Amino acid sequence: MTKPAAAPAPQDVAAAAAGPETMSWDSRSRRMVMLWLPLACFVVILLFPFYWMAITAFKPNAELYDYRTYNPFLIGSPTLDHIRLLLFETSYPRWLTTTMTVAVCATFLSLFASTLAAYAIQRLRFRGSQYVGLAIYLAYLVPPSILFIPLATMVFQLGLFDTPFALILTYPTFLIPFCTWLLIGYFKSIPYELEECALIDGATRLQILTRITLPLAIPGLISAGIFSFTLSWNEFIYALAFIQSSENKTVPVAILTELVTGDVYQWGALMAGSLLGSLPVAIFYSFFVDYYVSSLTGAVKE
Amino acid sequence: MSVTTTTTGPVWVRRPAEQGWLAKLFDWKPFLIVICLLPAVGLLMTFLTYPLGLGVWLAFTDTTIGRSGQWIGLENFEYLLEDPLWWNAVFYSVFYTGIATFAKFGLGLWLALLLNQHLPFKSFVRAVILLPWIVPTVLSAIAFWWIYDPQFSIISFLFVEVLGIRDTNIDFLGSAWPARFSLIGANVWRGIPFVAISLLAGLQTIPPSLYEAALLDGSTAWQRFRYITFPMLLPILAIVMTFSIIFTFTDFQLVYAITRGGPVNSTHLLATLAFQRGIPGGQLGEGAAIAVSMIPFLVGATLFSYFALARRKWQQGEAND
Repeated sequence: MTKPAAAPAPQDVAAAAAGPETMSWDSRSRRMVMLWLPLACFVVILLFPFYWMAITAFKPNAELYDYRTYNPFLIGSPTLDHIRLLLFETSYPRWLTTTMTVAVCATFLSLFASTLAAYAIQRLRFRGSQYVGLAIYLAYLVPPSILFIPLATMVFQLGLFDTPFALILTYPTFLIPFCTWLLIGYFKSIPYELEECALIDGATRLQILTRITLPLAIPGLISAGIFSFTLSWNEFIYALAFIQSSENKTVPVAILTELVTGDVYQWGALMAGSLLGSLPVAIFYSFFVDYYVSSLTGAVKE
Repeated sequence: MSVTTTTTGPVWVRRPAEQGWLAKLFDWKPFLIVICLLPAVGLLMTFLTYPLGLGVWLAFTDTTIGRSGQWIGLENFEYLLEDPLWWNAVFYSVFYTGIATFAKFGLGLWLALLLNQHLPFKSFVRAVILLPWIVPTVLSAIAFWWIYDPQFSIISFLFVEVLGIRDTNIDFLGSAWPARFSLIGANVWRGIPFVAISLLAGLQTIPPSLYEAALLDGSTAWQRFRYITFPMLLPILAIVMTFSIIFTFTDFQLVYAITRGGPVNSTHLLATLAFQRGIPGGQLGEGAAIAVSMIPFLVGATLFSYFALARRKWQQGEAND
């Protein structure tokens, strides 16, 4: 828009030099103020808590509580004390493995269930399959905050209280609706003709699912898997309500209930715990960013 | 010649037609449908639909931990209606949802519009921006708790020592109103990425030809936003807003991690109040009643955002359904 529409004649260039020059400067500074400045503010504000978390985790206590003599935004002499305390004097490694186990099991359980359900709804079209899909979607709108009290009584009656199975079985309630919805969209994008060809060649329905549809739907499965993994890693209220003993707690619950003791908070250890607890998800996420973004946006668009 | 071709030509081997009964069963469509739907529907029925019903039933009983309750009718709700703490939680839940949703969508839309322009490292910026949404909420809530510390808050330090605007540290979590707004701030911080990335996806589906036509007609930037971007974005905005309202209203983690409902119960949301009464307090019936009292608000909010915003079909004059 700001570019001159046509190349001006040579003698006009000198006269018009001031014009385009100021215009381009104007548009550049305008772009600076309208685009880069707000964007930089957003990025700084969105990332600052992580920076603060990381920097606190590596600061020695002397620097941590003295802003006047040490610049609070930098570390003078980094230390691994907080992380050592966390790894060797608490059961943090145990919490990490518990969380990992629960997240992986819940993810696989929900992927299995929702792949089959999505295949049935999208490919084995039957009367009312749309309504089943809608019902599963509506299940996603039921928030865990409403369910945790009755689920707690159920978990208690089933004898699952304080075991990882309580979490592995309840997490799919919010994972399955999402994954099913995502996979329905994915299956829709796979040409139906491929399956018809396979049917003509004499493949059974199960062979079609395992040999044709699933290999083609791998990107969708990866997206659903990543989403489920991060959601179950982040889950809090069920883990808080159903788990009592210290060694069975998941990382988010354990940090809040086991590390916060007394009136004096060990901020260094707390931040180190938060940092270590966020890292697996962040690393996992960084490998699959594109899948993640596409699943997020795809699910919303559906 | 012809003899040789017939003998060396492709030999037709008859496919073994007799499959096992198991294979036949798995090829029978109704059976396959049932088998495929069974795990998902079974899990959802057992751990979602049944507890939902059980929760409503519990709300009408006086169940406590370790003792199954009696049907007491509306007593729990009558008690709640006279409970100032419940009214306080209702007020704060509505206030929290209203302010946070407004801020999240304002800022999120702005961020989405910024990201929709031509930028270098666009996908990197997008990946970085989503981080607050990926990281476990409780863990970032703990970071906020530390940022809001009364003595060592970095924000207070900035205002007092660096900028010199204030003389005293800001008391973020010590009294009711600052604590309420601090929690809203943390919620907005966490919610912006989701809103921005979803709306960005919506923005990218708007055909550029509309903007070109509007430019030719001499429209201003505001007109292009008001008459092209916004209407085209409404359907996706409605869906994202429905989700956002539901999950903000029933938020639990942030409040539980940062204030646990304090100071003096001023920041209880309905979810944290239900948890406090139900699990540590042991009054399962009363907790369930508080949780059930969220349902009308949720249904109302969903209907509002759906019907107020998702009007594209009517506007296009398609069949009403």
